[in-house]
Amino acid sequence: MFGRLVYESFRRQKRRKLLAGVAITLGVGVATAMISVATDIGDKISRELRAYGANLVVTPQEDTLDVQIGGVDLKPPSDGAYLNEADLPKIRGTFWRHNIVGFAPMLPVSVRLTEADATNLTLLGAYFSKQLTFGKEDFVTGVRVTHPWWKVQGAWPDDSSSDVLLGESLAAKLGHKPGDEIEISGQPHRIVGILSTGGAEDNQIVAPLALAQQILGKPGAVRRLYVSALTKPEDALARRDPKSMNPEMFDRWYCSPYVASIAYQLQEAIPHSHAEQIRQIAQNEGTVLSRIKGLMLLVTLAALFASALAVSAAMATAIFERRTEVGLMKALGAGNVSVAALFFAEALLLALIGGVVGFAGGALLARQIGRSIFDSQIAIEPVLFPVILAIAVIVTFAGSAMAIRRAVKFDPVYALRGEA
Amino acid sequence: MSSTRNSALASRRAAKPHTSMFLRMLMRAAVLRRGRAASALLAMVVAAAVATAMLNLYVDVQAKLRKEFRNYGANIVVVGKDGQALPADALDKVDSALAGHGLAVPFAYVVARTSDGQSVVVSGTNLDQVRKLNSWWSVTAWPNASLDALVGTRAAAVVSPQGKPFDLSFQGRTTHLNPAGTLRTGASEDSRIYLSMKDFENWTGVQPSTLEIASSGSPEEVNALIQNLSHALPAAEVHPIRQIMEGEARVLGKTRATLAAAAVLIVATAALCVLSTLIGWVFDRRRDFAIMKALGASEGLIGGFFAAEAAALGAVGAVLGFGIGVGVAAWIGRVNFHAPVVPRFNVLPVVFVGSIVVALVSAVLPIFLLRRVQPAMILRGE
Repeated sequence: MFGRLVYESFRRQKRRKLLAGVAITLGVGVATAMISVATDIGDKISRELRAYGANLVVTPQEDTLDVQIGGVDLKPPSDGAYLNEADLPKIRGTFWRHNIVGFAPMLPVSVRLTEADATNLTLLGAYFSKQLTFGKEDFVTGVRVTHPWWKVQGAWPDDSSSDVLLGESLAAKLGHKPGDEIEISGQPHRIVGILSTGGAEDNQIVAPLALAQQILGKPGAVRRLYVSALTKPEDALARRDPKSMNPEMFDRWYCSPYVASIAYQLQEAIPHSHAEQIRQIAQNEGTVLSRIKGLMLLVTLAALFASALAVSAAMATAIFERRTEVGLMKALGAGNVSVAALFFAEALLLALIGGVVGFAGGALLARQIGRSIFDSQIAIEPVLFPVILAIAVIVTFAGSAMAIRRAVKFDPVYALRGEA
Repeated sequence: MSSTRNSALASRRAAKPHTSMFLRMLMRAAVLRRGRAASALLAMVVAAAVATAMLNLYVDVQAKLRKEFRNYGANIVVVGKDGQALPADALDKVDSALAGHGLAVPFAYVVARTSDGQSVVVSGTNLDQVRKLNSWWSVTAWPNASLDALVGTRAAAVVSPQGKPFDLSFQGRTTHLNPAGTLRTGASEDSRIYLSMKDFENWTGVQPSTLEIASSGSPEEVNALIQNLSHALPAAEVHPIRQIMEGEARVLGKTRATLAAAAVLIVATAALCVLSTLIGWVFDRRRDFAIMKALGASEGLIGGFFAAEAAALGAVGAVLGFGIGVGVAAWIGRVNFHAPVVPRFNVLPVVFVGSIVVALVSAVLPIFLLRRVQPAMILRGE
C-alpha cells in the first residue's frame, strides 16, 4: 500500500514532482561543479603561476660572486666553476620529479662579432625545447617551458643546430632581421628569430647550449640551472631548518613539495651544486595561491547555501500544495507518522534521482569550466559522489521537514473544505 | 452635509477609480497572509543578497588580487640610455606621473674592490622604499645607522665572513662599512652590497641609473604610464618587466573567469529559488484569483494585480538583499584579503531590475496557467 501510494503520487503529479526534481538536480549540479572546481583550483592556479618562470636556481657550489649590473656580466665569464650538463637528466630521478615542470640550463659566454671588433657581447647558451632521456623516460625541457614570457619573432632555433636568436635591442642596433647571417667569433651563424624578453636578453645573443660550450671550449659546462617546480605554500614545518629536525619530521619535510625540500633534493641529484629558491617567485606564489583558494572556498560556500535554499524552497512549495491530500489521508484514519513517512519517502526518492542526475551534470559542467578556462580537465574525485548524495538527501529532508510538520498539523476539516 | 461629503468621495473615486482599491488589495494581501508573503520575501532577499555579493566580489576581486600581485615587486623599469645616470629630476617626474598609485625606487650601481682585490657590485638605494617594494627579500636586520650596509649572503662570504666591518674602494676612495644585516633572495641581489643613497653618494659621487617602479594599475594604465614616462624622460629607456606583467595578467584572467562562471551558477540557482517559491505563492492564491474573476475583474486587471504584487516584492527584496549582500562581500574581503570589498553601487540597478524581472516571470507564469481554469472549479476546491 505504501509503495503504491508513493508510486501513484509520482505517476499522477508529474508536474509537481518534475519541478521539485529539477530544483534538486540543478542544486546538486551547481554544488558538484563548484566543489570540484574549488578543490582543483589550487592545482590549476599553481600551474598558471608557472608563467612567472623558474622558482629555483641551481649554481655550482664554489661559485664566485656575480659581478652583474642590469643583467650585464662585467666579469670575464671564463673563470669560476661549472655544473656538468650530463647530470641534468638526474633531476627526473628525484622524489618530486612530477612536480618539476621544466628546467633550463644557461651558460653566458663573452664573444666578439669579428676578430677586430672591440666591443664584448654576451652570448647566452640555453636549451630551447630539448629532448632528453632519463632511464626509459623521454621528456622535453628548456626555456620555452621555464621562461614562457620570452617571445620570438621568426622561429626558435633547433637545439642541435648552430642557429641563434638575437635580442630585440641588439638586433635593432645591428640592423639584423630573421634569416640574416651574423659572424660570431669569426664563424657565420644564421639568425632564425628576434627575441623579446623585456630583460637583459634583449641585448644578448641567445644560442643553443652546445654552441656556447663550443665557443667557450668547455663541453658539458653549465653556469646556472633554472628549475620551475610546483610547490606547496610554506607553513610552520617548511620554515624550520632541516638540520634541526628529528628523523621522523625530516621524512615528512622531505616528502612535502616545499620549495626548500625540492631545492634540497636538487642538491642531492646534482653533484657539487647549490640550489636556492628564487624568493621573488617562490615566496609570492604561496600568498597569491592561498588568496585565490580562500576566495573560491568562500564562493563555494555561497553556492552551497544558495542551492540548499533552492532545494528546500522547492520542496516546501511542493508539500504545501498537497494539504488537501493530507486532509483526506488523515480523515481516512492515517496517523501523523505514516503521512510524514510517505512524504519523506517521496523526498528520499526525489533526492536520490536528483542527486545522481545532478552529480553527472555537475561533473560535466566542472569539466567544461576546466576545459574552457584552464585548457585542462578538472579531476572529479569519486569520493565526492557519496558525499554529494548524502548532502542532497539531508538538504531535501531539512527543506521538507518544516513543510511536512505544518502539513500534518493542519486540521483535516479545514483542508478538505479548502480553507487553507 | 453628509450628501455633499458622499458626493465628494464619489467624485474622487470617479477621478481615480481603481488606484485606492488596488493599493488596498496589495497591502491587505501582504498583511493577511503574512507567513507566505514573508517566505516569498525571504527567498527574494536571500537571492538578491547572494547575487549582490557575487557581483561585488567579481567587480572588486581584480583590484584586491592586483594588490597581492604587487608583492612581486616592480613591473616597470627605467634605465639611463647606455648605462648613463638618469637626469636629477627623473624621480620627481616619475613620482608625479604615478600620483600615489605606486612606488618608484632609485638604484645606483658601481663595481667596487674589496681589500683583497675582488670585484663586488655595490648599490645605493632608498632602503625604506626597497623594503616596501621587494617584500620577498629575506633580511636579518635592516640597516638604520649611517655607514651601515645590507650585504647579500654570497657577498658576505667574501667581504666579511665573520660579520666584521670591512673596507671597500672605488676609484681610489675607500669607505669603511659596518655589515648591519644579510640579504637572501636567490637571485643576483645575493652577490651585492646595498647602502643608503646618502652614504653611497658621499663615497662614490655616482647618481642613480635605474628606477624600479611598481605601478598598481590595470595593464592599460601601466602601458599608458610607460608611454607617459617615455615622453617625459627622453634620456632614459622605459620598459615593462614582461615576466611580472604577463604572469599577473594570466593568473588574474583565469581567476576572474572562474569567478564569473561561479557567479553565473550561483545567481542562476538563486533565481531558481525565487522562481519556485513565488510560483508556489501565487498558485496558492488561486482562490483569490477565482473570486476576483467571479466578481467580474478582467484578466488584464488580475494579471496586473499579481504582477504589481510580485514587482513590489522584488523591489523590497532587492533593496534589503543589496544591503545584506554588500555586507557578505565585505566580510569575504576581510576574511580573505584583509581589506573589505568596497560596495559598488553600480551593481544595485542590475540586482534591482533582475529581481523585479524574476519576480514578474514567476508571478505571470502561474496566472497564465490558471487563466484556462473556470473560477467555479477553483472555488469548489478542485
